[in-house]
Amino acid sequence: MNIDFDVKGLNFYYPGGHHSLKNINLQVYKHSITALIGPSGCGKTTLLRCFNRMHDLYPGNRYDGEILFEGRNILTQGVDLISLRSRIGMVFQKPTPFPMTIFDNIAYGLKLRGVKKRGLLSEKVEHALIQAALWNEVKDKLHQSAYALSGGQQQRLVIARALAVEPEAILFDEPTSALDPISTAKIEELVEELKKDVTILIVTHNLQQAARVSEWTGFLMLGELVEFEKTEQMFTSPREKLTEDYITGRFG
Amino acid sequence: MKFKYSPMDWVFKVVTAAAALTIVVIFAGILFVLIRESKPAIQAFGVFKFIFSTDWDPVKESFGAATNLFGTLVTTFLSLLLAMPVAIGIAIFLTEIAPSFLKGPFGVAIEMLAAIPSIIYGMWGLFTLSPLMGNHIEPWLQNTIGKLPLIGILFQGTPMGVDLLTASLILSIMVIPFTASIARDAFQLTPAIVKESAYAMGATKWEVVKNVVLPYSKLGVFGGAVLSLGRALGETMAVAFVLGNNHQITKSLFDAAATITVTLANEFTEASGRIYLSSLFYIALLLFVLSFVLLTAAKLLLFKTGKQENPR
Repeated sequence: MNIDFDVKGLNFYYPGGHHSLKNINLQVYKHSITALIGPSGCGKTTLLRCFNRMHDLYPGNRYDGEILFEGRNILTQGVDLISLRSRIGMVFQKPTPFPMTIFDNIAYGLKLRGVKKRGLLSEKVEHALIQAALWNEVKDKLHQSAYALSGGQQQRLVIARALAVEPEAILFDEPTSALDPISTAKIEELVEELKKDVTILIVTHNLQQAARVSEWTGFLMLGELVEFEKTEQMFTSPREKLTEDYITGRFG
Repeated sequence: MKFKYSPMDWVFKVVTAAAALTIVVIFAGILFVLIRESKPAIQAFGVFKFIFSTDWDPVKESFGAATNLFGTLVTTFLSLLLAMPVAIGIAIFLTEIAPSFLKGPFGVAIEMLAAIPSIIYGMWGLFTLSPLMGNHIEPWLQNTIGKLPLIGILFQGTPMGVDLLTASLILSIMVIPFTASIARDAFQLTPAIVKESAYAMGATKWEVVKNVVLPYSKLGVFGGAVLSLGRALGETMAVAFVLGNNHQITKSLFDAAATITVTLANEFTEASGRIYLSSLFYIALLLFVLSFVLLTAAKLLLFKTGKQENPR
């Protein structure tokens, strides 16, 4: 199996020196789904946001260590964040449609990259919406505001928006925490479907979700990666006592 | 189920309600006095005839509001036109660009600028801005933009520095801090997560501002603009010195003019006749109504932004 991301000795500090990720080592395999679980404040979202350098948006954050992506450390100074982020998409806890039409939302990333031809845009928008299983629901209202969609549809719209630029990986940060069970099921189905095209990292509060969709699972606590294992393995016979306590619901 | 109120609760209720009621009473009282005092003028000149008449002749006792309205509207809109780009620039800088150690001091500086009494702006306008405009900026404008067809008309006449342009400029300087702080508040309504997802698409700062922050807060900014309009509309002391007091509708921005407020400030003491005094009350009433309508519109807009399309 090919390694897509190789995290080596990653440490992360928030402003004021708060040491919130401690010596993280893990491998994310190409076209696999890797879940990150752990109690609130364990650092799983912090870890996820290292992969597209979202922490750089706020001053005072500091990385230490390496995340190798195609053999290059993406945590170094000289990395072009704009191009990095166009290759690694992200989906957030809440749907985040932009204040524009459905079409323009999907075409946004392409337009940022200078795609102007209407024909090409239409083609890519349609393809992304089909991939995100949203095409049939929105094909007649592409030029309406994205806010007119339901929460679940908005989240699939955001996934389609990320897909439209054909990224290599997509980071999901609790993508279903604001959704009802039916929308959640649709997103989960979609995520499983997507792994043939992209590598997926998903942070989730929902252990069943991690068990259902992922192939690999990392369990974090207090900024440390307690266990990183095949999902099946982790949920049936975890190596660590802490992991067992967490997944059997003894705390968290 | 029945609740029993203690006597203190009752007193508390009555006292706060009375305090709130004073607002309504004052509002009604002002409106009442304005209408009562302008009655003779309303009877003498009617409504439409008064609004559209350019007469302002104390000797013949023939009055109309058109020149005052003209001056008021031109200085107000022009000042807003000059202020908006700067104010939006300030707000974008403060919310999106400035490093966090600059945000605090800058915010305070803006609020302090907003707290300077308008008479000080007026004095500064008279002693500094007006000569600067008259001697340097206006002649330069005349020799450049003034040479263009169509809009050149706006820059004709002798640049004196006491005119519509200078007054609008002073007003815009006064309004900028106010507008900027409202725009900043509107920009801050953009959820961080939506901005983050634009950054996560590989957007640059400018693209995030242009495609997400501005569209997201445009209603709020517009509402802020209307609030500033209300401010500029009623401003007196800042423009009184640099507008001249010329009851004419003029073509050039280099001409002196009169606004409602400046006319009121200048002429109340010398208004002799009953109709003269009543006409002053009448234009005050018009200003009152104008401000009221504008502010209501602004509040409605801001209210709409507050509960607009928040992503679920």
